[in-house]
Amino acid sequence: MELTFEQQRLRAAFREFADAHIVPHANTWDREERMPAEMVRQLASKGYLGAVLPADCGGAGFNMVGFGLLNEELGRGCSSIRSLLTVHSMAALTIWRWGAEAQKAQWLEKLGQGQAIAAFALTEPEAGSDAREIRTEAVVSGDDFLLSGHKKWITFAQIADLFLVFARSQRGPCAFLLERNTPGLVISPVHGMLGTRASMMAELHLEQCRVPKRNLVGAPGFGLSHIASSALDCGRYSVAWGCVGIAQACLETCLRYTGQRKQFGTLLRDHQLVQRMIAHMVVGVKAARLLCYNAGQLKDAGDPTSMIEISIAKYFACKTAAEIARDAVQIHGANGCSSEYPVERFYRDAKIMEIIEGSNEIQEITIAQSACQEVADSAAIAR
Amino acid sequence: MEQAKEKLRAFLARHIAGRTIADEDQIFASGFVNSMFAMQLVLFLEKNFKIAIGNEDLELKNFQSINAMAELIERKTSPSQNGSNS
Repeated sequence: MELTFEQQRLRAAFREFADAHIVPHANTWDREERMPAEMVRQLASKGYLGAVLPADCGGAGFNMVGFGLLNEELGRGCSSIRSLLTVHSMAALTIWRWGAEAQKAQWLEKLGQGQAIAAFALTEPEAGSDAREIRTEAVVSGDDFLLSGHKKWITFAQIADLFLVFARSQRGPCAFLLERNTPGLVISPVHGMLGTRASMMAELHLEQCRVPKRNLVGAPGFGLSHIASSALDCGRYSVAWGCVGIAQACLETCLRYTGQRKQFGTLLRDHQLVQRMIAHMVVGVKAARLLCYNAGQLKDAGDPTSMIEISIAKYFACKTAAEIARDAVQIHGANGCSSEYPVERFYRDAKIMEIIEGSNEIQEITIAQSACQEVADSAAIAR
Repeated sequence: MEQAKEKLRAFLARHIAGRTIADEDQIFASGFVNSMFAMQLVLFLEKNFKIAIGNEDLELKNFQSINAMAELIERKTSPSQNGSNS
């Protein structure tokens, strides 16, 4: 994989930012289960919260490969801060892609410059992998919709100013822009999660939230098939690269540790069984990164196959990160089980990645179905 | 328009395997497409016919059949169409 000069420059800048501002603090944020406002401001000041938006909309104008590199470096430092980039970008990209002109004028510049934070509110207590089961309802009331329901596990909902929220209506699934200060919206923080503990998760309780019809994104009936689908495509891509970051962080941490610690009079890195784990890490990181890079190039080309390639990249990168993080803890022994070392955080965060933005099992179904279609298509052509 | 339909038939054949789709068949009513298909179709239309699909195009009648999509493509590529979604 050969990055362009510009991509190399971007990656170096992202890496420097992560090493200076994220890596030294990530364990503290994880322990305190909060992301300092100053960190969000720093991310905004670098333009990273507008990574997916074009420059003429107030964004940084990175292409999708550039956006991927940013996700890897932030994810290497802290999966919680990477998850802010994920959900904020999902909402911003959705408004850019499907929003009405007035919505774009109202929000894109603010989101691109991080003056407002956005979150993605699809999941509910009874609707996880099967988003068609959402029960939040949108009922027409004059020139408005009244939204009522319960959203759960909403990343960065504790600080978000704007929610891209999904509801069912008489005309099918819909997507809405819901502002934080809307009467009837109650936001309850969620604590005690296994991983990405600084992602300021919350539940949303919507009690007859009055939303003007102009806040509808796209058209009624297209909320899941087009709006959520394109947003989740971006989310999977972001998470996939974030997993490359987790895996890279594990590898780098293990290379340092095994070069310093001795057992049986020999550095750990000279023990062959440790070498096997290191080799597995090296190959896994490279393979995951290549799949992500391939998906990003296809996405930049607007290729329809990019969606399945993102699914493949996400599946592989998440599984790889989880395996590598498990081995990283193993190599560190008891040290790896303590918060004195970052690998136990990587291990917990990597597990979360196998569940969010489409679980491993959902990706397996999607990937297998796609492969079966291709085979059937080839057979039809042969006939 | 026939050329556009030919490309659409080939694309649909890859996603609705093992079934022949007539130009007037209701694709989304067939139950043979998965959750990713709708957006893959949008990307296919945009890339292959150099059009931009925006929120104003989100009507089922634009995507429901090969005939409907061929008409959408013709409308979006006619000289009077300025395009959308920069």
